[in-house]
Amino acid sequence: MGLLSDPNRRRALTSLVTRLNTPLCVLCYLVGVSWFMGLAFEPFMLRTYMSENAMGSTMVEEKFVFGERAISYTREFAGQKKKTGGMPVDWLVKTMKSRGLEVYTQSFSQTLPFPDEVKERYMVRGTNVYGILRAPRGPRTESIVLSAPCSEGNNNNQAVGLLLALASYFRSQIYWAKDIIFLVNEHDLIGMEAWLEAYHDVNMTGLTSSPIQGRAGAIQAALSLELSSDVITSMDVALEGLNGQLPNLDLVNLFYAFCQKTGVLCTIQGKLQRTDWDTLPGYTHSLSTMLLMVLKQGSGHPQGDHGLFLRYHIEAVTMRGINSFRQYKFDMTTVGKLIEGMFRKLNNLLERFHQSYFFYLMPSLTRFVSIGYYMPAFGFLALILVLRALDLWVQLSDPARALEDGVSEGEQDSSPSLLSLATPVIICHLTGLALYFLPVLSQEMAIQHFPVSETEAVVLTAIAIYVAGLALPHNTHRVLSGAGTERGWRSLKLFSLLYLAVLLGCTTLINFSLGFILAVTMIPVAAFIQPHRSSKVLHGVALILVSPATTLLLSIYLYHELIEYPVSLLECWQHFLTAVSQGILDHHLYGSLLYPLIALFIYPCWLQFWNIVFWK
Amino acid sequence: MAARRLLSWYLTVFTLLCLFCYRITVATDEIEVCTSRFWFNYRHVANTLSVYRSVKRLGIPDSHIVLMLADDMACNHRNPKPATVFSHKNMELNVYGDDVEVDYRGYEVTVENFLRVLTGRLPPSTPRSKRLLSDDRSNILIYMTAWWNFYNVILRLLFGQRKLKQLIGENLSSKPIASWNITISVEKRYNELLFIIDTCQGASMYERFYSPNVMALASSQIGEDSLSHQPDLAIGVHLMDRYTFYLLEFLEDIHPASQANMNDLFKVCPKSLCVSTPGHRIDLFQRNPRSVLITDFFGSVRKVEITTETVKLIPNITEKNEKLTEEVMLTEPQKYVQQMPVAEIIHQSIQMCWTQHSNANGHYQKWSQPFKIKYD
Repeated sequence: MGLLSDPNRRRALTSLVTRLNTPLCVLCYLVGVSWFMGLAFEPFMLRTYMSENAMGSTMVEEKFVFGERAISYTREFAGQKKKTGGMPVDWLVKTMKSRGLEVYTQSFSQTLPFPDEVKERYMVRGTNVYGILRAPRGPRTESIVLSAPCSEGNNNNQAVGLLLALASYFRSQIYWAKDIIFLVNEHDLIGMEAWLEAYHDVNMTGLTSSPIQGRAGAIQAALSLELSSDVITSMDVALEGLNGQLPNLDLVNLFYAFCQKTGVLCTIQGKLQRTDWDTLPGYTHSLSTMLLMVLKQGSGHPQGDHGLFLRYHIEAVTMRGINSFRQYKFDMTTVGKLIEGMFRKLNNLLERFHQSYFFYLMPSLTRFVSIGYYMPAFGFLALILVLRALDLWVQLSDPARALEDGVSEGEQDSSPSLLSLATPVIICHLTGLALYFLPVLSQEMAIQHFPVSETEAVVLTAIAIYVAGLALPHNTHRVLSGAGTERGWRSLKLFSLLYLAVLLGCTTLINFSLGFILAVTMIPVAAFIQPHRSSKVLHGVALILVSPATTLLLSIYLYHELIEYPVSLLECWQHFLTAVSQGILDHHLYGSLLYPLIALFIYPCWLQFWNIVFWK
Repeated sequence: MAARRLLSWYLTVFTLLCLFCYRITVATDEIEVCTSRFWFNYRHVANTLSVYRSVKRLGIPDSHIVLMLADDMACNHRNPKPATVFSHKNMELNVYGDDVEVDYRGYEVTVENFLRVLTGRLPPSTPRSKRLLSDDRSNILIYMTAWWNFYNVILRLLFGQRKLKQLIGENLSSKPIASWNITISVEKRYNELLFIIDTCQGASMYERFYSPNVMALASSQIGEDSLSHQPDLAIGVHLMDRYTFYLLEFLEDIHPASQANMNDLFKVCPKSLCVSTPGHRIDLFQRNPRSVLITDFFGSVRKVEITTETVKLIPNITEKNEKLTEEVMLTEPQKYVQQMPVAEIIHQSIQMCWTQHSNANGHYQKWSQPFKIKYD
């Protein structure tokens, strides 16, 4: 007979599962965490390589020599920006037209759900200007985008200047097979979102914008440039996009290859590569680079203007010029050559990027960890939930085993009524819905009653609802009929464990970092909590420590430690409040899914576990 | 006056004899195939065009060349020098030229078309320029370059492999009889066949040959990769493959009267230059490679056999001619004069009013009216 259908064997198997459950869970957790840590160890990683045959090697000769022209455009742009107090639309249109591009503008406006205190904006109105360089002999079916944001103050002037110099240089070449779009967007991410939505003729975020008049076909790749100084010491590449989506690894490889060729220092997460991988400092360096990427990807916030392109299956990266205290500086001509080389290679593309990886982690620019290597780390953690669930299932199906606490429930039904199981679940999810909808909707009311600004009102309402959810178990118990039963909490825990497993599994597939962070914190505690009277406080504290909010707080703290800018507790709290407001804003402005996921799914699941702790 | 008449008549007869009595012992036909598409495969097209150019220089006319190019590099949007294909960096040599004639282009380059060209089983509407107009006295040169997946299938089909692999989108039947029949029919269409292939693992292509009179050259052995030669930074791609580059260098030294033989060809591109090991196969070939001239395959040199048999001229020639014939027969036996340069022979043919026509389907010579003898 089969393994599971033979009662003797099944009994042996189930007794194995129940007897060895705790040691197995602990072992799985340790293996999962050490697997993840081991990913940063260099012998376990693969070197990056160019998968796209069409792009080949870097054998083009870059002839861009107009660094001075870029600087002069920069000065003009800065002056015009100061004069108009915002984006100098007319000057940009005139300059681009004189360089021979087809110029179009797009105006947009967006009202934020509540004022953004970080960027100090509430009702945003702006204009994007873009010029299209038509390929001299090609059909107008494909294009590449070079974009530079128009920012406040003196930021990113050089990016726009270099963009204009490159536009005039590219115009005189005849080897372009794709159109090139030079885009200057206002209000960075909001402007970019407006442009992309209008270009692809969708409306996802409730922006109002004028329709796009000139198009250049399907966009194959995009490069966003951020330069704020005339000379740079290194180029940093930002990968993480909205909801943790990453560009194709080939684009990163292309960037690195050309950095090598032009001799520019390139960094990722602001860190340079080290060659001493077999020493402890070398290992911690790549581990910290990888952790930074995990944290940034987990936040779901686009790390540059490129992040919004990824949703439309357009591979994009942001290149940032950094001017630090190093001695050796690179001028605009070198940066221009770098971009020219990348564009010539992108020109050779025949299809969209599809050969290389879309899911990866990068401990350094030359090493990567693909999805096949990092998924087992999460797999082991999910195994804990499955083992625990099996254990509970065995206990539930065999009532004789469940009598441990001396509370005999033999007269109970073989299965608790669905109502008693559904009630806590529904109540938790209703709390989640409240957490999702109420903060933004009730900010008016909150301002009237409390002396706080709108942003603070929203954030504090969210926190208040979050904390209020903690008080729920004490009230719902009076409603439930099956309250206090052994079978009750076991079945609720079984359901919650499986629910958590499915949630985290689905999240990890899309955004590994977010899923892994939540798994590492929540799973061990979720697996071990029990409603013992004696250890209620301990379990309660443990559960609070792994709640989504605390995880966020600890992540912020870890992030600041990793970028070597440690923060005190108070500052950490300030960052926490900002993060909550930014999360809600991201969701409303760009469609980020972090806040809905936490509010509607993770938080209710966590509340269910909280219910279990206070079951008796 | 009489002497002059005699001389011109003698020349007439000689030319007649040449033209009527010579047997074509060497007429060379060429098939050049490049099956790579896309801009980064520029070098395969450059390879093929370079060999095409050498072969034309050595005398093979376009009517005897079937050129198959799967993509158009000269007019590709990415070409910074439009309408050119270069084989040397620094743009020394434009192999595209002004008079390239591509017979199969783009999506017409398929396994099926290649086999049809070789076996002659083309629909009746196919123009002559797309046909291989060979007979059992012709030597055929086949030059192929590109990625080896394509060839793996067709050559196994053609020269005897029973089991066939599926090519992407092309599903060929694997009946052994079919391959046998094809082999036989190919045999009747050539006298000798030289097969050159420049791809990775090229030796696997000629391993399975069993047809007689086939000599094969490949740029690499099984398990080796055939490498590209030099990138051009202005164009941004590799321009040539190594084996073909050195082959071309070798061919540039060959002229129509060259006596270089096949053994010299086998020495082209040693491992030190080519990195891969070129190979060749001569066991199926009946003649000794040392006695085979390069121009037997790469050039079109017509050997002429002169015969002492006389030809009776047709009756409606004037009496004067008859008298002259008798007079000539009384003179002493002929002896061969020095070989006249081709140009002079042609010049005299023109004086005798040969007319050339070309019709819409291709270029071929046709005599539209019987020759007339002019007397000064």
